[in-house]
Amino acid sequence: MKKILPLMLFSACVYAGDPSSERQETLRNLLKHDCGACHGLTLKGGLGPALLPENLKGKTDEFLIATILDGRKGTAMPPWRKFMNADDALWLIGTLRKPS
Amino acid sequence: MTKLLPILALFITFNAFAELRATGDLAVVIEREHSSALIFNTSQYKQLAKIEQLGDLSHASVVFSRDQRYAYVFGRDGGLSKIDLLQDKLVKRVVQAGNSIGGAISQDGKLIAVSNYTPGGVKVFSSETLDLVADIPADAGDGKLSKVVGLVDVPGQRFAFSLFDADQIWVLDLKNPKKPDITKFKDVGKQPYDALTSPDGRYYIAGLFGSSGLALLDLWNPEQGIKRILPDYVKDDEKLPVYKMPHLEGWADAGDYLLAPAIGKHEVLVIDKRSWKLVKAIPVAGQPVFVMGRPDGRQAWVNFAYPDNNQLQIIDIKDLAIKKTITPGKAVLHMEFSPRGEEVWVALRDDNQVVVFDTDSLKEITRLPALTPNGIFFSSRAHRIGL
Repeated sequence: MKKILPLMLFSACVYAGDPSSERQETLRNLLKHDCGACHGLTLKGGLGPALLPENLKGKTDEFLIATILDGRKGTAMPPWRKFMNADDALWLIGTLRKPS
Repeated sequence: MTKLLPILALFITFNAFAELRATGDLAVVIEREHSSALIFNTSQYKQLAKIEQLGDLSHASVVFSRDQRYAYVFGRDGGLSKIDLLQDKLVKRVVQAGNSIGGAISQDGKLIAVSNYTPGGVKVFSSETLDLVADIPADAGDGKLSKVVGLVDVPGQRFAFSLFDADQIWVLDLKNPKKPDITKFKDVGKQPYDALTSPDGRYYIAGLFGSSGLALLDLWNPEQGIKRILPDYVKDDEKLPVYKMPHLEGWADAGDYLLAPAIGKHEVLVIDKRSWKLVKAIPVAGQPVFVMGRPDGRQAWVNFAYPDNNQLQIIDIKDLAIKKTITPGKAVLHMEFSPRGEEVWVALRDDNQVVVFDTDSLKEITRLPALTPNGIFFSSRAHRIGL
């Protein structure tokens, strides 16, 4: 818990620009089904890498936002900018970082 | 007791009659988020059973024993489940890997092969006992195991598959299961993402994500190696983003033509099977996922990746043009034709339904409840090569 607390506080700040609850539902659905098409419904990976908290450790929010919004060249990861903004992506990253 | 016996016998016989079920007319529908599979009678549109506890089925496929009694379900979590379609029960389930993508049944029906992402490779099991028969790690030579995709059965008690991370195609001969023989084809093109075999099992064709065109292997002339077809189609810089990888299993094989989803372009490709040249690229509503040929080869039904996954387009092969666009519901994930093609069953994940269409009138026949369905598999697949 000691270790998690600062993280939670950090998250609370980050969530200042949280998407609306309706938008969160849409994003959750997108994560489950459309990200899940490659990363797995349980996010343990598939054609794309696993996205569990331990896999994202050591990767900065900025790096992950850029990956989500612009994709990763030379891989199958497409850009999602057409479907979400940086706040949405950051919220998704926060969701992914939380241990389930 | 002696008096009771005939009555008892009669009772058992009667009961047996009441339970009689032919399994050649069934469908298995996968419920992706509920770890379950539904068994349907496809002539009566009637759900017969629900088989539960099949693990993570977020990506799943099914093959059938050749007597059509058993269905083998390949789950995402490496689970391989054998279902008895006569008795509505799970016979056996093994978790044979950490992450898998699909499987196939051998020509003689005795072997089940599974393609795995983690650990990358193919494992082969007895279809009777699900005991391991052969383990083929996809080690391309550098010690790293590649994810395996596009596993299909081909004639001669063989399986063909592709190594996504190693750009190879392997043909695994299991005539002697104790001594598996592997023929390897290297540098087939970058990132083969899925593959199919022609209905006669002669050609194995892999789609390439990282290179343009497709990799073709003629299994009648394997010494000729891999031929790249449509090499100039879709250059890297003009590729549209792909939000879901196409599935190649259902490629429509219609007369002289093969219809295939383009990748990174919103088109269905019509390829001449004699010359392997592009005949036409038909513009469609989005990134095609499945291009499924009606068994008579007159139509192809196409579904799409996000965000166009609410649509279905029907191509008339006679004109090589879209005949109709329909919006059957939310998240069209899969289609399956009845054995002779008068109907098509369509899985609507976000509507929790399977919708059945008449393929002649293109009118809806019925809707059947199923929770987040993502795959429909008719038991008639038992007798087809490469499915």
